[in-house]
Amino acid sequence: MIEHLPILVVVVPLAAAAVVPLVGLRSTRAARGVMLAALAAAAALAVAALRQALAEGALHYQLGGWPPPWGIEYVVDPLAGGMAVLVAVFGLIVAVYTGPFLVGMPPLGAGGFCAVYLLLVTGLLGIVVTGDLFNLYVFLEISSLSAYALLALGGKRSLVASFRYLVLGTIAGSFYLLGIGYLYAITGTLNMADAAARLPAVAASPAFTVAVALIVIGLTIKLALFPLHGWLPDAYTYAPTPVTGFIAAVMTKVSAYALLRIFFFVLPGGGVADDALRLLGWAAAAAALAGSAMALAQTDVRRMLAYSSVGQIGYIVLGISIGTPLALTGALLHVLNHAVTKACLFLSAGGILFRTRVADVANYRGIARRLPISMAAFTVAAASIVGLPPTAGFFSKWYLLAAVLERGAWPFALALVGSSLLSAVYLFRVVERSYLGDAPEAAVASEASEGAPLELPLGMLVPIVLLAAGVLLLGVLSHAVVSQVIAFALPVDGGR
Amino acid sequence: MLTPSERPLAAVLVSLVAALLIAASGRRPNLRETWTFLAAIIKLALVASLLPGVLAGDVVESAPLTLVPGLALHLRADALGLLFALVASTLWLLTSLYSVGYMRAAGYEHQTSYFASFAVCVSATIGIAFAANLITFFIFYEILTVATYPLVVHFRTDEALAAGRKYLVYTLAAGQALLVAVIWAQTIAPGASFQPGGFLAGQASAPALALLFLLFIVGVGVKAGIMPLHGWLPAAMVAPTPVSALLHAVAVVKAGAFGSLRIVGYVFGVDLLAELGAGQVLAVAASATIIIASLRALGEGHLKRRLAYSTIAQLSYIVLGAALGSAAALAGAMFHIAAHGAMKITMFFCAGAIYTKAHVERIADLGGIGRRMPITMGAFAICAFGLAGIPPAVGFVSKWNLGVGALDAGHAPFLAVLVASGLLNIGYFFPIVHAAFFGGRQPPAFDDNGPALTLPLVVTALLAVVLGVYPDAGLSLYELAWQAARSVVAAGSGGAP
Amino acid sequence: MITGAAPAHIHYWLSGALLLIGLYGMLVPSNLVRKLMGMNILQTAVIVFFISLAAKTDGRLPLTASGGQPPAALDYINPLPHALMLTAIVVGVGTTGVALALIIRIQRAFGTLDERELLAKLSE
Repeated sequence: MIEHLPILVVVVPLAAAAVVPLVGLRSTRAARGVMLAALAAAAALAVAALRQALAEGALHYQLGGWPPPWGIEYVVDPLAGGMAVLVAVFGLIVAVYTGPFLVGMPPLGAGGFCAVYLLLVTGLLGIVVTGDLFNLYVFLEISSLSAYALLALGGKRSLVASFRYLVLGTIAGSFYLLGIGYLYAITGTLNMADAAARLPAVAASPAFTVAVALIVIGLTIKLALFPLHGWLPDAYTYAPTPVTGFIAAVMTKVSAYALLRIFFFVLPGGGVADDALRLLGWAAAAAALAGSAMALAQTDVRRMLAYSSVGQIGYIVLGISIGTPLALTGALLHVLNHAVTKACLFLSAGGILFRTRVADVANYRGIARRLPISMAAFTVAAASIVGLPPTAGFFSKWYLLAAVLERGAWPFALALVGSSLLSAVYLFRVVERSYLGDAPEAAVASEASEGAPLELPLGMLVPIVLLAAGVLLLGVLSHAVVSQVIAFALPVDGGR
Repeated sequence: MLTPSERPLAAVLVSLVAALLIAASGRRPNLRETWTFLAAIIKLALVASLLPGVLAGDVVESAPLTLVPGLALHLRADALGLLFALVASTLWLLTSLYSVGYMRAAGYEHQTSYFASFAVCVSATIGIAFAANLITFFIFYEILTVATYPLVVHFRTDEALAAGRKYLVYTLAAGQALLVAVIWAQTIAPGASFQPGGFLAGQASAPALALLFLLFIVGVGVKAGIMPLHGWLPAAMVAPTPVSALLHAVAVVKAGAFGSLRIVGYVFGVDLLAELGAGQVLAVAASATIIIASLRALGEGHLKRRLAYSTIAQLSYIVLGAALGSAAALAGAMFHIAAHGAMKITMFFCAGAIYTKAHVERIADLGGIGRRMPITMGAFAICAFGLAGIPPAVGFVSKWNLGVGALDAGHAPFLAVLVASGLLNIGYFFPIVHAAFFGGRQPPAFDDNGPALTLPLVVTALLAVVLGVYPDAGLSLYELAWQAARSVVAAGSGGAP
Repeated sequence: MITGAAPAHIHYWLSGALLLIGLYGMLVPSNLVRKLMGMNILQTAVIVFFISLAAKTDGRLPLTASGGQPPAALDYINPLPHALMLTAIVVGVGTTGVALALIIRIQRAFGTLDERELLAKLSE
């Protein structure tokens, strides 16, 4: 069983995705049940795989029994295991949250939604566990296609946003594919470990430079790193809330993982790879500032949070680009922290939208009185984005700042600090208005007459509260997370 | 009971627990108030119990909790920290009594969030006092910033919200500067905690250390009211008076001043600062603040705002003492935490009592109030003159030490600053006292407020006088100040007296 | 196989040209169907690139009878990129399917497939 963990993690949601539409024809609840069961199983398997990897070293699985480098190999080391747990657990949490959204859908629609969602989770898990560069492309496209479909479910506007994402995402995937084609041309292998062994000999060739450039462009688009972030704001704003919550939390992080994996576990250090990382560093610093600045200009809360994500992705890529153990620790910790924080923000903002039809910052007046728990979760998560202790965001920011100052890279330190202050402004506006503003008369009157409690249904509230608690817990326990998981996930030679 | 090493942590946690209980008891005001008092008494008892050990020269530490590799959340009660903690705990108890009277007399809303936020603030203040290293200090410093906000915007008026925003802008920006400074310091000197004489000497080049010092001072300077970073303080007077009393006369601003003492004495060290020339620059900035703030106070017509500018000036006494660096100056500065705390809080209590009874906020309307509320105004007068350095109130003690310290350090001009400030103090307080007792308008009946509002200010005024006559009364605060000052100076000069 | 009459590496130039045409098609025209066509051309470019990697002068088709001696791999054209491209073609078909579904929905919802008109309608 243990040796099959890498493949099971991917196969369970995939098999469920095949089954769920048929089940959904009979009953939406059954379809949802199958989806939740599959995701719970995947989460359990991922946790088991991570524990195994931490205890006894990486798990290797050969598809079809074909040995690498000719066969496709799945490798679950602590880094992959940690990411798998992240994807699977978030998949589960958000799946719980989708309950009220599926209620009104026709049977095939609900079954279809669950199936595509499971495919998305499958794709992301596959990216994380695979040890083969082309296999990564396949799963990247699986997850992207599922994402295009899910993002388009939010109404008219989301169709256009999703199409735009489709166009850009396909360019990204094609560039990545072309890049690994160049790598294949010069090394003859697609297996990550094998390529890592063979690349140093050919790293001086122009083909290598082109390969790195193409891969970087491809992954950068997927990451929505400024200035290639254009698809993100519209996609996040118009999609259904659970979809945004999951994709914002996880999908860009998996692309960041792919970047980290390729740069620190496949490509040789020095030369072109270092130049690429330096360039990414500047883009990341620009992202941190530009994302927060653009968020400030938004009136729709979800769009504001989308631009905030652009900024936070900058933090993660900044850590990756600096490459020291301290920086990579900060980047990985921020991957985890931001996933929890952004999911909490989107799910609570989406819940507020669901209940009160309020999407604009200006209309958030007095919301805290009507939905106190959701707003409290939003506030905690907002504090984490700004980086206030004792939330999780403070600790990942600490590592990143320490790495930046260790390098003496003052512009980057200013970018991080500036981004924090800007975040404080645009998030504080929302929080202040919701707690200290007066609720509009009409809304209060209509609620009083309805007599129904206003807080979100339990299926939506529990994930939100769990995530908010997670923000605080991850802050307090950040040292445990770093020393027990992240320290083992770092590249063996300690990065650059 | 708890072993000594558990008490610093317990002292911090007591009011956090109380905050939760207070939030849960919103519907039952008497129960809610009980939590506050219970927590205040327990906290004071815990902090006071550490006194014998610290006076004997021991330093009491709580077990560190690792947060980041190489850095831990670490609480430690040394002389300076215990001094601040004692002041904060004692004054919290008195302010709580005053708060109850004040809030109930006026029937203000949002009392639950008020008392809960207050408890968290005091918790953070004790955390700052007992912080053993920069990361612990920073964490509690930021928590204090956030916890104070609900108190500043308490009345929810547009003016209050604007003041709250201003407060956050100033303090969060300074917080970022402080964060960068803290991380930089830890990068230069990994794993170091506060130690008398500092730990940064020789760890980096002079320009780098000078820049680091500037970042640190900006970081704590906002709360400490060093000009030009003081802008939030007068605006924050829009908060209820007990908030102004405790937080803006004792906890928040003292946290900033305390921070500057820690940075000068326990991070950089007096000698290093003398080498860098940074001590001089800080002393000049502090002196400028003292003079300018005192002059601004003269022109201010709103009583609480005049007290705010007085606070800004008085805080810079502490910063000045730190910058001068001699033992007497440091002792005077440290003792001034207690001295100014006791005197200023009395004056804020009086301002609030006057507002509650006579609805008077502006100095021009204070005529004759002293005849109507003699106890209140009497306390005010004693403390006002104490702030100017006139005995018997305790201001004389710290000011004397600062003056001696200035001479010891060979910087006589700063003595002139202290004298000038004293004169200005008289200039902006004497007219108030004179008008209150000898001016027109208010009826001469004995009409002070009830005990809840009057007792605390009598107690703090008495405290001020008692400490002025016998500075080591009760809690040995003067002894603590000198012990801390001596340890800082001794470490700097390699132990030679 | 294209032999000596054409310039060297013509496959790669062809692939590059298709890439640029495809990118142009995806980014410049405002009609969504044209963008989709550009996308297909882009994907074809990548496929041509990979296939070109597999080609060898005088190479034989990679088919051999089972049993018997292991084949001399250098004589055969490389089958791996072909296998990879089968997958890529499937991915392309899937993407085209999703894109077409989106286009149909957009047409029904907005009545137009022109990007400029769509943006105008969206900002109302």
